[in-house]
Amino acid sequence: MFYKLTPTTGQPLYLQLMQQVRHAAETGALRDGDQLPGIRTLAEELVVSPNTVAKAYGELEHEGLLELRQGLGAFVCVKRRTRSLANDVNLARRRIRDLIEQLREDGLLDAEIRRAFEAELLYAAEAVRKR
Amino acid sequence: MTNEAVILTQGLTKSYGNREAVRALNLSVGRNRITAFLGRNGAGKSTTIKVLLGMVRATAGGGTVLGKQITDKKANLDMRRRVAYVAEDKPLYGYMTVEQTISFARSFYSDWRTNVERQLLRDYELPTRQKIKQLSKGMRTKLALLLAFARRPELLILDEPSDGLDPVGIENLLQTLVAQSADGVTVFFSSHQIAEVERVADHVCILEKGCLAVDAPLDELRQSYRRIDLVFSFPAPEREFRISGVERIRTSGHQMSVLASRNAEALVERAHRLNAVSVEVAPVGLREIFLETVKEN
Repeated sequence: MFYKLTPTTGQPLYLQLMQQVRHAAETGALRDGDQLPGIRTLAEELVVSPNTVAKAYGELEHEGLLELRQGLGAFVCVKRRTRSLANDVNLARRRIRDLIEQLREDGLLDAEIRRAFEAELLYAAEAVRKR
Repeated sequence: MTNEAVILTQGLTKSYGNREAVRALNLSVGRNRITAFLGRNGAGKSTTIKVLLGMVRATAGGGTVLGKQITDKKANLDMRRRVAYVAEDKPLYGYMTVEQTISFARSFYSDWRTNVERQLLRDYELPTRQKIKQLSKGMRTKLALLLAFARRPELLILDEPSDGLDPVGIENLLQTLVAQSADGVTVFFSSHQIAEVERVADHVCILEKGCLAVDAPLDELRQSYRRIDLVFSFPAPEREFRISGVERIRTSGHQMSVLASRNAEALVERAHRLNAVSVEVAPVGLREIFLETVKEN
């Protein structure tokens, strides 16, 4: 697996890592029982603080997507619910594609659509966080 | 991760004549974290570090490093055994060779790890038989780093560790910092390499004119700092946006750009309520936070 963390997106690195592991599990790039690199190994590879990796792994374990076995490492556990998420993601992409098509027909430029999306996502993320 | 402070100061002040290099500093550095210490040249970073290590006497205030009073000579000696330090100017004896310097340093420390020394010697490609005075700036830095990393300290204090290093050298350095942190070493380092700091640091302190201007977990800065760009159909109502958390407002006719360290959500709501034509929210990187922080004063 390859992970790519971007420090300047306004999102904590541990959340980015969580999302990428989740995404990998949803798309099937990571399968049930797969082993993730150790905290130290992944931290050195990504050149981020080990606390970032530890926090992401801890939260993913809390979500039930990872199982941390003492001294052995982190293992993926993909339940049926997670697999159905792959379908949800596909469905969402189709809906987004339709929406973008519509917005283009309304005369919006791609850059404008992108900014509107980003503004709404940031706004939503902030609202959720405050709740 | 425990939140116990390995460095703790209260009202720490250092004056040189009339000039206060460090002004009533209250610094708290958490254990098992990587803390970056940022600031412009002359902001007081190196002075702070030297006072912490007992190399320079504080004018007022005090503090502890690893629980030891920094002003107590005997306690200081015990603390220095558990702290590895790389100084800003990387002082080394010019007449010694690399090899001699390493074996000289090795003899001082009981926590010396010969395997790490050998590994770093290979990684850094240091010419063992060359005299220090013939080394390039980058090589001197690497040697100074080796002397600190070969030990197994509780706390690592680095003053401008990337000085003179090329991009590959910086990447190696950061990897070593991460590995040290994974081994349970607390890291406190000053740097001008903001892009690098942004990747590895857990916590950021920004020193400005001897005072702490920013002291926060990096994730918190990432989540709370926002730039909000607004356009109105009338002259921008700047006064409506002067709420707490707003660091800076720039206005140009109907346009307004607000930098907020928190309360971004409230600002966006306010903008919608005032019928802003366009509301754009963007994250703010550490570089921008740094520049805005040091510009303000």
